[in-house]
Amino acid sequence: MSEGILWEVFTQSKNGAPFTHAGSLHAADEEMALQNARDVYTRRGEAVNIWVVKSEEIVASSPGESGPFFDPGNDKAYRHPQFYKVPKGVRGI
Amino acid sequence: MREVQLIKQFEERINNGESIEPKDWMPEKYRKQLIRMMSQHAHSEIVGMLPEGNWITRAPNLRRKLALLAKVQDEAGHGLYIYSATETLGVDRSDLIEQLLTGKAKYSSIFNYPTLSWADIGVIGWLVDGAAIVNQTMLAKGSFGPYSRAMIRICKEENFHKKQGFEIVATLAKGTPEQKEMVQDAVNRWWWPSLMMFGPHDSDSPNSEDLMKWKVKLNSNDELRQRFVDLTIPQAKAVGLTVPDPDLKYNEETGHWEFGEINWEEFWNVVKGNGLMNKDRLRARNKAHEEGAWVREAARAYAEKRETAN
Repeated sequence: MSEGILWEVFTQSKNGAPFTHAGSLHAADEEMALQNARDVYTRRGEAVNIWVVKSEEIVASSPGESGPFFDPGNDKAYRHPQFYKVPKGVRGI
Repeated sequence: MREVQLIKQFEERINNGESIEPKDWMPEKYRKQLIRMMSQHAHSEIVGMLPEGNWITRAPNLRRKLALLAKVQDEAGHGLYIYSATETLGVDRSDLIEQLLTGKAKYSSIFNYPTLSWADIGVIGWLVDGAAIVNQTMLAKGSFGPYSRAMIRICKEENFHKKQGFEIVATLAKGTPEQKEMVQDAVNRWWWPSLMMFGPHDSDSPNSEDLMKWKVKLNSNDELRQRFVDLTIPQAKAVGLTVPDPDLKYNEETGHWEFGEINWEEFWNVVKGNGLMNKDRLRARNKAHEEGAWVREAARAYAEKRETAN
């Protein structure tokens, strides 16, 4: 671990936008992680805010089990508006 | 599940244009090829700072100096993006850097040529970054998610590199006779090494077949080289410069520029470490690494001190 802790970097492109993953970097502490993230991932005004998160603290779903894991959300067509019929000529529903 | 089945599923995903992510199952050969290719790419970005860094203190004016500083800083950033992406495959960055410093790992041979005049800085931006963009635009469409995402980011930034380079070239080309001569000399020296950047002929490229099957690469070395030549010759003509190839001619039927044979003996000689600057580059990298050791130690000591204070 000569390069320090591994951090994942998330950037927000403009106020109100969601944070998206930009990449990762190594740094000894959180302050340096933020500064390095700024220098590595936002040299051209790509962000108004940055999050850095210790990589080891992220809990992720496992790709191999993504089928059964996401299954509960995939078989409920009635959660989408397209499931429902609207009588002809009615607008704005 | 049996390996054969897993490979079949993997290849189906690739053929469907899906992106492979670090935790997905992948053939060991795919992982190894990517680590080899991506770490070489990262090393190239880092070593690539050296030939250009050579001219920062001697840039002809402040505008040029600002641009060159920003470009060299970008190259450091590109190295970091790609090292990060390589680490997602389960390798340790310090091992990769160790391989570079001990000369075990390769980097692009183009950086083993010297930058003899200011015109070289323009020509590197135009030809070397131009060739890199052709290659990286393809890599951005590759199958491994972290690598292709890094390439998209890098391609955006490289466009500035190429344009600032061409501005230098165009300025010198319409300058005094001495300036024009200087830029023509730079083109003469960098042209062939730039074509060599795309690697050996497809028939002599041992890794190409698997890389293409798994969409790590989408075009062959020769296809990309041709694309680069077709793109570049009209640009050279536009500023009144020539490339040092007596066999160069336009084929009306195919719409392509045909060019002469590359000196492969020179290519392999530089790959093997006998280029003009191979030793110099490694010495400079090792020196920078050693002289930066105190910064890494200080950062670690400071982090530990704050940890115990909390």
